[in-house]
Amino acid sequence: MNATRHVSESATSRLSRLLTMVPWLLKRQGVEIEEVAREFGVTPAQVEADLALLFLCGTPGGYHGDLIEAEWESGKVFLGNADTIKRPLRLGVDEALALIVGLRALAAVPGIGERDALVRALAKLEAATGSAATGASRIQVVIDEGTSKETMALAQEALAAHRRVHLRYLVPGRDESTERDVDPMRVINFDAQWYLEGWCHRAEDVRLFRFDRIESLTVLDQDGTPPAEAQPRDLDSGVFTPRADDQLVRLALGPGAAWVSDYYPTESIEPTQDGGAVVTLRTADTAWLRRMMWRLGSQARVLEPADLALEVQRGAREALKAYAAAAGSTVPSG
Amino acid sequence: MGLHGPVPSCLMSTQPNAAVKTERLLNLVICLLYTRMPMSKSKIREVVPQYGATASEEAFDRMFERDKDELRDLGIPLVTEPLDVFFDDEPGYRIDRREYALPEISFAADELAVLGLASRAWAQASLAGPAAQALRKLKAAGVERDDSSLIGIEPRVRTAEPAFEKVKKAVLERIPVTFTYRAAGSGEGTTRHVQPWGIASWHGRWYLTGFDTDRGAPRVFRLGRIEGEVATAGKPAAYDVPVDHQPRAMISTMAVERDPQPAVLRVRVGAGHSLRRRAANVGDIDDTWSQVRIDFTDTEAFADEISSFGPDVVVENPTELRESVIRRLTGALDPMPSSEEVSG
Repeated sequence: MNATRHVSESATSRLSRLLTMVPWLLKRQGVEIEEVAREFGVTPAQVEADLALLFLCGTPGGYHGDLIEAEWESGKVFLGNADTIKRPLRLGVDEALALIVGLRALAAVPGIGERDALVRALAKLEAATGSAATGASRIQVVIDEGTSKETMALAQEALAAHRRVHLRYLVPGRDESTERDVDPMRVINFDAQWYLEGWCHRAEDVRLFRFDRIESLTVLDQDGTPPAEAQPRDLDSGVFTPRADDQLVRLALGPGAAWVSDYYPTESIEPTQDGGAVVTLRTADTAWLRRMMWRLGSQARVLEPADLALEVQRGAREALKAYAAAAGSTVPSG
Repeated sequence: MGLHGPVPSCLMSTQPNAAVKTERLLNLVICLLYTRMPMSKSKIREVVPQYGATASEEAFDRMFERDKDELRDLGIPLVTEPLDVFFDDEPGYRIDRREYALPEISFAADELAVLGLASRAWAQASLAGPAAQALRKLKAAGVERDDSSLIGIEPRVRTAEPAFEKVKKAVLERIPVTFTYRAAGSGEGTTRHVQPWGIASWHGRWYLTGFDTDRGAPRVFRLGRIEGEVATAGKPAAYDVPVDHQPRAMISTMAVERDPQPAVLRVRVGAGHSLRRRAANVGDIDDTWSQVRIDFTDTEAFADEISSFGPDVVVENPTELRESVIRRLTGALDPMPSSEEVSG
């Protein structure tokens, strides 16, 4: 397992991690190996391999006193004699860029709190990065509040006051308007869409509500502290989290629909020669998939399950009938 | 535990190649940071143990040249200076310590919290690695960030468009590019030549701003409509970007190319909620259907939305929108691979 990592990781990317790890460790003598692994996104075994490598390096001469001292037998890491690389390498172009563009995007969000900290952090960062940040102003991420300004202000207000809210919410996958009480947990912006995350009393689970689909939001005069089991979703595994017992669906995507695999969590992706892909994904509700297939037209096809493929065809045929009924249309007869 | 003294080469040969190389590069970095005076190539070969193991002068030369390039690619300021100011025939090498090190900056806990937010914003984008690495470097000072952010918002931006990396690089380095661009309406691809000015994520999509040299005018391009490879068509710093260029401002004025136009739809009662909400007017036709009048700007995007309602929404007019929806539904009825007969 560990060996495959050695093979797949390039020498320079490992070097880059080591040059960051050394200063980090020097300031945290005695830190647990597991914590190092978490921070650097590698396995504990990889951390040990990294330490073993550091142990072989040092200033010219290559004798005992020249080598980096590393000790980790107790599970706690101690590092010494690494003065030459005790400071992290300057931020690279992409590193500086990611943070500066991110901070500016946040600072531009109307009515954001912590603006003071944003401005201070940005000023320090720009001073420290120097020329690496040139051009950062020409790369922008726009996070605006869209058309949901008032609803968002109400949600923020409820969040701050720990109040429950009542939502009339549109479930577009099922084209259905619903009513529910929600204990707000946080407001997030995912891929330029604003969501309210909260404990939904109807679903008895944590749910994300897109602001532009909230038809009305009322702040209730009722405590809105979410129950202890309400855990915020890990955003980095995506907004949609499939469950193991969901139905498995296999789709063939043409090149024009390949983006689907970027937008929905897939179990597997096999690229095809024409630039498309065959993907499998899990879903509890196939209504949204049917709707996506109508929209994708000739660019996508349901391979499995067969009944879903039939439902898509049946719906498309029925829809086309309405057009065929009108005079002068050019619909293929069904 | 202890391996003392120079590492015997027989031991290294049992390790995977990449590990040996990492060790060599790290020793080279340490050595060149350590030396105050520029160091000659022969001296470097002598003191960096992994070079000593190379067979020939030529093999060492090749290896050293490659290593230098790779270190520079990582942003390590490896400088070449004459060994002797009076005889500049042999170059020496060193790494400028002040240029190398991140300046001493200390961030307050709330500043690190917002830096963490900015870094995590990229967690699902191609800049995820650099964003996380940058944060680790800043945290090397030892301050732990305060994760209980008071902002209450968690932004995430994505870079799903394959052209993102190439275009971003071209923007930063001011390199002219050429690519095939699919038009919004017809879907037809044309070759475009562009001097990239900026890129911005706007409403969840990435756009490129720049000067279209064929059309002799500034243009906005959606990265998602770029097909295939983005090729460079010139050298870095080949042109100037207008001072104070604001990608966002240009995109928001130019991306909305057309004025809204009205559509008339037939929407099944109890369905099409999102359309009804935006409608200019909703009237009853009979017990089954409502008539919905609604404005739209982008025909293809609106056709996507309408098609997704399947048999619950029918376009009365305009014709262009109607045809776009029919094209999608016909495709869904008889999807790829293109078979001649219509199933049914």
